[in-house]
Amino acid sequence: MADTQQKEVHVNEDFSLNFGPQHPAAHGVLRLVLDMDGEVIKRADPHIGLLHRGTEKLIENKTYVQALPYFDRFDYVSMMCQEHVWCLATEKLLGIEIPRRASYIRVLYSELTRIMNHLLWLGTHALDVGAMSMFLYCFKDRETIMDFYEEVSGARMHANYFRPGGVSKDLPKGLKTKIAEFIKDYDDKIDEFETILTNNPIWKQRTVDIGVVSAEEAIDMGFSGPMIRGSGLAWDLRKAQPYEVYDELEFDIPVGKNGDSYDRYLVRMEEMRQSVRLVKQCLEKMPKGAVKTQNFKVSPPKRDEMKSSMESMIHHFKYFTEGFHVPEGEVYVAVEAPKGETGVYLVSKGGPKPYRAKVRAPGFAHLQGLDKMSRGHMLADVVTIIGTQDIVFGEIDR
Amino acid sequence: MHIEKYLNIKTLEQLKELLETKKAAAIKHIELVHNELTVTVSSSDLIDFVLFLRDERDCLFRQLIDITAVDHMDREPRFDVVYHFLSLKKNMRIRVKVPVADGDSVPSLCEVSAAANWYERETYDMFGILFENHPDLRRLLTDYDFEGFPLRKDFPTYGKVEMFYSQERKRCEYRPVKLTKDFREFDKTSPWRAMTDNRHLAEEDSVFDIDEFAKEGDTANG
Repeated sequence: MADTQQKEVHVNEDFSLNFGPQHPAAHGVLRLVLDMDGEVIKRADPHIGLLHRGTEKLIENKTYVQALPYFDRFDYVSMMCQEHVWCLATEKLLGIEIPRRASYIRVLYSELTRIMNHLLWLGTHALDVGAMSMFLYCFKDRETIMDFYEEVSGARMHANYFRPGGVSKDLPKGLKTKIAEFIKDYDDKIDEFETILTNNPIWKQRTVDIGVVSAEEAIDMGFSGPMIRGSGLAWDLRKAQPYEVYDELEFDIPVGKNGDSYDRYLVRMEEMRQSVRLVKQCLEKMPKGAVKTQNFKVSPPKRDEMKSSMESMIHHFKYFTEGFHVPEGEVYVAVEAPKGETGVYLVSKGGPKPYRAKVRAPGFAHLQGLDKMSRGHMLADVVTIIGTQDIVFGEIDR
Repeated sequence: MHIEKYLNIKTLEQLKELLETKKAAAIKHIELVHNELTVTVSSSDLIDFVLFLRDERDCLFRQLIDITAVDHMDREPRFDVVYHFLSLKKNMRIRVKVPVADGDSVPSLCEVSAAANWYERETYDMFGILFENHPDLRRLLTDYDFEGFPLRKDFPTYGKVEMFYSQERKRCEYRPVKLTKDFREFDKTSPWRAMTDNRHLAEEDSVFDIDEFAKEGDTANG
């Protein structure tokens, strides 16, 4: 008799559960301390910083061009979008315009990156929830896009391709055809992905009504990207505050209705379709011409020119040793990265190195909302919520 | 009288005018550069000003995008705490700055916006700026027993301690950081300067021994 009583007390006791940092569903190095009531979560306390590399400090000691590769390593599954925000910030302080072809290439690669990011998200999210095959399909296509990265920059992931003043090299011959071929029927591929998940009862059971965020909460918690669109707000920086050539291209903003994980899944799937549309338009409309600004104080001159012209030689040397000087000032620039609003707050006090650069990562705000989103849910739902937030620790820990 | 005029704020110029009229007492400095509006307020006016930005129907800056700080080292007060707000309704951004001296604190915005919590923790972690009434002001990104504030300008880039695995105690431990090679900060503002400087030194020194110089060069390069 006494024994059973004791057991009951034990069952109802609250306890803390340590989730991660070495957990396959933690998407990297997340340590979650969960206060549980049985299997129900009462409070989630994410401990982050295990991937903190002090990048902002390092950037203060580097020139503007040297700082660029660090941006690949923030959100390491959507590399070029991060480079983009740094380039835009530097260009805004310098007050330079980039050639239209460079703008188109940037948009083309930003959208390819968005597809790539969403593929990884879809694959891992589905894997976490239990659909193994998705992961394999997604990674196959992701490889193809990484090949496009490689063709243009020589690196499959950390491309260092966008540069202040344009992009580092023009597209190699034949690449446009390859991208066009890949993207031509990509809508069908996305439909195929959807046949696996969209009406799948298990998938729906695991995502519908999980991690519901109302529009009000999403604004209050600083959410952006698919996390805010899933809650029904048609907010997209590409439309609201257009940069590059987004205002000349046609695309729609998908929005969700209920703000749950399933809606965000649908939003991201539709975003991929819109990205496909954008990539097609970019390929069609891309003009000929230079791919970087012809102001050789802020971009390196051509290599063969460097070998014959003294002035080019000096420009080249100054660019790669001292770097260019950026006028005093401060700017905040944001782009619509696949995960949301990625921004850079850049303070320059003149000279070739930034005085302070703060990176605003969308995942940081999202992970902060994990506590609110997961309260009252079961332990297994935390995995869904981490998945739906599209967490990557490179950008959160910086 | 101004009310009708400001009912439909569309540009940052109009917003600047509105703030200058309605919040003149709180604003220490306001400027519109690079098409970005920056307002400097003192820490005592912060909450009031931010609430105005959030709730005033012509502003509606309801999304707190970011909180960070800038260490100005030689300036008094030393830090600027920088807030970025976004108004989804008006499609505008605003930056609010609060100058803070070393050791002083700023009121926390956790009551105003749920997003402030972690941003303030991070700012505390990196700069050592305290936020009053913050519900849970722990370190966020650095290690559990970390000492110092890494983004301050007087904190060395290579850090103060390094981690190693102690074979004797069979666990990870810290020791003061020891670089096998000195940390060299290259000032490439003028690549020629180093050379000229050396020559200058050599001229001053009446007996310049080239071998001695070469040896020094060797040790300097490690």
